[in-house]
Amino acid sequence: MFAFIIRRIAQAIFVMLVISLIGFAIKNKIGDPVRDMVGERVTPQERAQIRQKLGLNDPFISQYIRFVDHAVHGDLGLSFFYKKPALDVIIEKAPATMEMVIGAGLLIILISLPLGIYTSLKPRTFFSRFVMGFSTLGVSVPVFLTAIMLIYIFGVQLHWLPSYGRGKTVDVFGNGWWMSGFFTADGLKHLILPCISLASIELPLFIRLIRSEMMEVLETDYIKYAWAKGLSPMRIWLVHAFKNTLLPVITVFGVQIGIMFAFTILTETVFQWQGMGYMFLEAVERSDTSLLIAYLVVVGSVFVIVNTVVDIIYGFINPTIRIAGR
Amino acid sequence: MKRSIKRFKDSYLFYSFKNDKTAMASFFLLACFIILSITAPVVAPYNPYNAKNIDIMNSELPPMWLDGGSSTFILGTDNMGRDLLSTMIYGLRISVVIGICAVALQAFIGIMMGLTAGYVGGKVDTVLMRIADIQFSFPYLMVAIFISAIFQVMFGVGSFEKLAVPLLVIIIGLSEWPVYARTIRAAVMGEKNKEYVEAARVIGLSRPVIMFRHILPNTLTSVMVISTIQVANAVMSEAALSFLGLGMPVTMPSLGSLIREGFEYIFSGSWWITIFPGIFLILFVLVVNLLGDWLRDVLNPKLYKG
Repeated sequence: MFAFIIRRIAQAIFVMLVISLIGFAIKNKIGDPVRDMVGERVTPQERAQIRQKLGLNDPFISQYIRFVDHAVHGDLGLSFFYKKPALDVIIEKAPATMEMVIGAGLLIILISLPLGIYTSLKPRTFFSRFVMGFSTLGVSVPVFLTAIMLIYIFGVQLHWLPSYGRGKTVDVFGNGWWMSGFFTADGLKHLILPCISLASIELPLFIRLIRSEMMEVLETDYIKYAWAKGLSPMRIWLVHAFKNTLLPVITVFGVQIGIMFAFTILTETVFQWQGMGYMFLEAVERSDTSLLIAYLVVVGSVFVIVNTVVDIIYGFINPTIRIAGR
Repeated sequence: MKRSIKRFKDSYLFYSFKNDKTAMASFFLLACFIILSITAPVVAPYNPYNAKNIDIMNSELPPMWLDGGSSTFILGTDNMGRDLLSTMIYGLRISVVIGICAVALQAFIGIMMGLTAGYVGGKVDTVLMRIADIQFSFPYLMVAIFISAIFQVMFGVGSFEKLAVPLLVIIIGLSEWPVYARTIRAAVMGEKNKEYVEAARVIGLSRPVIMFRHILPNTLTSVMVISTIQVANAVMSEAALSFLGLGMPVTMPSLGSLIREGFEYIFSGSWWITIFPGIFLILFVLVVNLLGDWLRDVLNPKLYKG
């Protein structure tokens, strides 16, 4: 087990180095830190001086080592547009994205668990067929279209829900770290549509997953034994069967949370949600290289950490992984 | 020729196709879509790329059955005054071309990597599969968005738009090849210890010949199954990238960029610019997915779960 953990962590560090190398190579090729720092009126001689002083004429390798060194200490460069450290900009935008992902995650759990269990218990009823058909359709609808249709129906036509922005936010800790929309009615109202559309990508997957796992478990001998013992159906379904479907579901959930981050770029664009994804696209439009790279590194490390942790937990639960999945 | 047609007619594949209404309906729709995109210049009422056909006075006209619509523009016009139906058909053509080319590129990279990894084994296998695993741990859409963001900053928006089609093929191709590499490798691992491979080795055939002439044809079933679903994925990725403004430019819109363009006008009530291309896109992806599901069930029920 110890060797497995070490190996996974070593691999994670290696991946981070690769990501940082890619990031640095891009920065080196297309970014110009001098342009980011100075105005139009600085003469070429002065620019050359600044370049020398910043060490931009050093060989690639030593510049890369310096970049990694800075990155480890939390310095990912200055954002050209915001005139602030890029990492600060990202941290400022992170809560908005997190709130959307958490809200969507809650929705997924609340909707997919009952539906998944129901469709596995009563696969032949009309409602089950409807749910399964709907989930086939759901896979084929791009998330931005779901979002646009929701906006059109509930925002433009019915005027029930706001269609863009985060609404009123409150400062939870009083220091500006977490501007939250969770605690105001207006903020919650603004969360509904984005969360539904973000959840809609993952819902079909989870309903199907829970359904197929549950159906598999229901065929096993110990469930038959439980029936033979005369336990109540509810107890068999929820306590005996459902508990054993949870493990794969939780693992997949861990990975899918990461995937939802990727899709926040789309939902945030549609809803003009001031989060990390929206910031990323603005950075692309403004050619704000430092911010782009910082986003790449931050999101990359979130993924690597989540994957590594999920793998290690899974290694604890399921010993075969440690041997087979080298 | 006759015999192979007869063989096809007697095959299980054709038999289950005949007995599956969903598969037949989706195949029919898919065929319509493909024919539509191939014959776009003939079928479409106007050529949306030709500035002669565009009149800004015609912009944002509703579909013909609504007030203010005219029978010259069946589904109405977009914000630039282009006929929406024609633009959609041309857009579909672009989406399909990018989707198929991108899948071809994915398959090429994936087959090369997977075949080598599976057949050669050892260190080569470890290195190649580790690369695939690492990339696989990131969502493909994220990878695609990153690569296109980098390309866009690198080339500048102007030249990116000129090169958009080949660049998108490369972007989507690079972002999804691990799917192929993994499947092919698994299939190769299953095949390489069979007797026919051993026989080929005994008569002294070279490694590439065994790999490409003997093993590869036997892994093509799985390639076929994932290819269908990958085409749907690639079209979706392209639409997503274009919607984010990282794909096809508005002057030569794919379905995704048409939706993006229409979205800006949805608040003023011009829903048709968004909804019609949207329905087109959903239908296309849906039929490809349905066909893919059907193929997977028929050809190889155990290929991949979920």
